[in-house]
Amino acid sequence: MAKVELKINGKQHSFDVEDRTLLVNLIRDHAQLTGTHVGCDTSQCGACTIHMNGMAVKSCTVLAGQANGADITTIEGMAKDGKLHPVQQAFTECHALQCGFCTPGMIMAVSGFLKDNPKPTDDEIYHGLEGNLCRCTGYINIVKAVKQAAKAMSK
Amino acid sequence: MHTFSYVKAGSIKEAGDLLAANSDAKLLAGGMTLIPTLKARLAQPSHLIDIGGLPELSGIDAKDGKLTIGAATRHVEVSRSAVVKKAIPALAYLASQIGDPQVRNRGTIGGSLANNDPAADYPSAALSLNATIVTNKREIAADDYFQGLFSTALDAGEMIVKIVFPVPAKAAYEKFPHPASGYAMAGAFVSQSGKDVRVAITGAGPGVFRWKDAEAALGKKLAAASVEGLSVDAADLNEDMHGTKEYRANLAKVMTKRAVAKLAAPAAAAKSKGK
Repeated sequence: MAKVELKINGKQHSFDVEDRTLLVNLIRDHAQLTGTHVGCDTSQCGACTIHMNGMAVKSCTVLAGQANGADITTIEGMAKDGKLHPVQQAFTECHALQCGFCTPGMIMAVSGFLKDNPKPTDDEIYHGLEGNLCRCTGYINIVKAVKQAAKAMSK
Repeated sequence: MHTFSYVKAGSIKEAGDLLAANSDAKLLAGGMTLIPTLKARLAQPSHLIDIGGLPELSGIDAKDGKLTIGAATRHVEVSRSAVVKKAIPALAYLASQIGDPQVRNRGTIGGSLANNDPAADYPSAALSLNATIVTNKREIAADDYFQGLFSTALDAGEMIVKIVFPVPAKAAYEKFPHPASGYAMAGAFVSQSGKDVRVAITGAGPGVFRWKDAEAALGKKLAAASVEGLSVDAADLNEDMHGTKEYRANLAKVMTKRAVAKLAAPAAAAKSKGK
């Protein structure tokens, strides 16, 4: 068993988990934050994307032990004081989802790369979304939402 | 996943000692290949020795014509490093094209070279640039290091500490990524230092290899036309549902030509290539 102490959405947690526990299972099963989804479980789809020390990572491909001491943000930590994060707001307004399963991962990935590249071109948006799959939308409205979010965040 | 013991190493020495004491232990850095491998139950290590957070394995430094990158340096750091962009811009570009952003935020250069996936990007840079792989025990020249499909010169208990790249006069990397996985169907890293031109092909064969006919021709004249009459021998190349041996041989040549064109006139090649 491994003792894992980490901060999730600003709150300090301590868990005793099996050494082979994945971060996504710690988040979903132990911290009971089920907004982070498991899509493929093979690090292709990006539905499990969260921020670990400020960087977007696929939590299905990180061991809980590797996240010991880390600062984690999940989709539940994005809205502040009842106000959606600009990326969440843009996804809502642009209707950037259909079934919504990939959306938490999309939002975490987008908010991650907009930090490094606040004014992405279309090609840079495609490149930035390469780690996230959406099987419903065809990505058109997702790309639209990224541009709207980038605009809103640069104000 | 099978069960294993997770251990965080506090130093290179401790990691080496743990490896030596446990013959079924494996090193874990970014885990971008190892963790999926464990999930598929394709490996059953007794221990995972986490070296991902060791500060002595991380970092980028350029001096005396050499670029040194710590083994646990992440792809994202290499892709954005001003030091790498100045010394070997093709290497920063290569790092920016690996996998996807989330993978680049975790995956490491040492992990990529230790795993030696036949379609990985970094092996082509290490072989073309004639890098030295520095381990906790010795220094290995890239020409001796890569030994085919997932095989390297690393002994059991040996770990990569850093990679030293001689800075070339010019270098360029071009790959044809598989549309779904992003792995190179074929990729060519071409570098020139003085009269010496080295061409390393990844993705096409069971392991990275040098295309020596192209090197000789490009050594005489560094232009895409120089490789026009040459062909990569398809006999030993990979063949699968994504492409035949002959297709990969042709891709390797096309990627070499694109890399040479980019090397000759970086801005124009980028423009003509478009999306």
